[in-house]
Amino acid sequence: MNSIKFLYSAYAATWTIHLLYIGSLVRRYRRLKQELSELKQK
Amino acid sequence: MHKQSFGGGDAMSLLSSTTRGTITRATLTKDIRLEWRSKDALNSMLFFSLLVVVIFSLSFDPLAEESRRIAGGLVWVAFLFAAVVALNQTWARELRNQVLDAYRVSPAPPNALFMAKALGNFFIVSLLEALMTPLFIIFYNLRALGPAWQLIPIGLLGTWALVVNGTFFAAISLRTRSRELMLPLLLFPISIPAVLGMVAGTTAILTGENSAHFWIVLLLTYDVVFTTACLALFEKVLEAE
Amino acid sequence: MKRLFPILAVLTALMLGYAVYQALVVAPTERTMGDVQRIFYYHVPSAWTAFLLFFVNLVASVAYLVKRNPKVDALAMVSAEVGVVFCTVVLVTGPIWARPVWGIWWTWDVRLTSTLVLWLIYVSYLLLRRFSDSAQAPALAAALAIFGALDIPLVYFSIWFFRTQHPQPVIGGGGSIDPRMWRVLLINWMAFLCFALLMCWSRYRLETMRREVEEAQALESLLGDDRGPSAEIRNPKVALNRSGQ
Repeated sequence: MNSIKFLYSAYAATWTIHLLYIGSLVRRYRRLKQELSELKQK
Repeated sequence: MHKQSFGGGDAMSLLSSTTRGTITRATLTKDIRLEWRSKDALNSMLFFSLLVVVIFSLSFDPLAEESRRIAGGLVWVAFLFAAVVALNQTWARELRNQVLDAYRVSPAPPNALFMAKALGNFFIVSLLEALMTPLFIIFYNLRALGPAWQLIPIGLLGTWALVVNGTFFAAISLRTRSRELMLPLLLFPISIPAVLGMVAGTTAILTGENSAHFWIVLLLTYDVVFTTACLALFEKVLEAE
Repeated sequence: MKRLFPILAVLTALMLGYAVYQALVVAPTERTMGDVQRIFYYHVPSAWTAFLLFFVNLVASVAYLVKRNPKVDALAMVSAEVGVVFCTVVLVTGPIWARPVWGIWWTWDVRLTSTLVLWLIYVSYLLLRRFSDSAQAPALAAALAIFGALDIPLVYFSIWFFRTQHPQPVIGGGGSIDPRMWRVLLINWMAFLCFALLMCWSRYRLETMRREVEEAQALESLLGDDRGPSAEIRNPKVALNRSGQ
């Protein structure tokens, strides 16, 4: 049935949003780690 | 706190309420005099809303019947965007010679300053509306089918709703990196119910299909709630580092 | 506390897997809507979680203005950010559900519009935090959060009244929910709550770390420069003693 496509796209969209957010958290964490190591070198 | 330790009681509170009034009046007259001499804000607001009127009436070419339905939205959106011009320069003027810092260290109550600024903006935006409304009526061939006098409470309450929160958020956006950009971003989401009230109320009166009573009550509630909130929280914003 | 984090992570993963199984396999198929109704198990728990997080944000904002505790401020900020993520999920899954069921992607209905306005208010909250200096951001943001909370009932009533004046597609409609559906719904909500807690926790740790780095950088820029009157800056007590004389 056609409606199953909507179900899967909704579930996929949910997890895409969550994964994008987690990705941004990881990116911000990496940047902080780098800044911290730069500070320690000085 | 320390004020009460001097005399305390009714005499002291009477004194502080009169000084509050004096401070409000002094700041208000100063701002209006400054605006009257330069007319910077008023002129740019007038021209801006004139542009909105012309551009929209060109792109819609409204008939009298249609224009009744869209005019409420048009008028208020034009005023909303024009008001941002006045609101943005509310506090910017006080930054130049550290006037705001001087005010912060003085014992003057912050609410008095806030009320003066809000009333000043209310005056300027109301003046703009009074000047622009005839133009809107001419360009859109407007004639109210409902009770037209109700447009006055909607106009006054709606303008105060925009201006009181606008003055508060202008004080907030003053502390951010991109001042002028920030104000509409903060003000518009919070103003949605007020804008809906003004637009729907005006449309109800112009078309004469519905009663505007609910919207007047809604605007009144909005005004009471947010005027209280502004007065309660303004000190926190002014003192924020 | 830190050891608890991986345990929570594993637990959340297991619960989310179980919840998906429950939602897609165990839950009964709805009679009129069919399988699309299973979006409900993601849409509704996300909405509840978002509202809960926004409520936490309000409480933390008020508490910050009273107590001025930077940790409470971090909590307010974290709950708003994760709340916006969940609210985005609600706003995206909603139209995907509406399209096959009502035949339209979006309608300016009370609940939809209020949720959208809520999302707009909290996005402006996050923008304010992003664009203000870290010393001023907490108090300004807390004030905005209180304004937003006061706004929500007004938004709801104004849109509710506006909609009763205008024709709109008939949507929703009451009717009882199968108790098996309730069970699956609650399981999904629990799983998403754990997930939200996990994200808040990670974001909170990130924020604490960011503040530490910021402090270290500020200190470094003060100490790294030897030209200035360094004695006062290195040892604040010296400056205090001098001014006290």
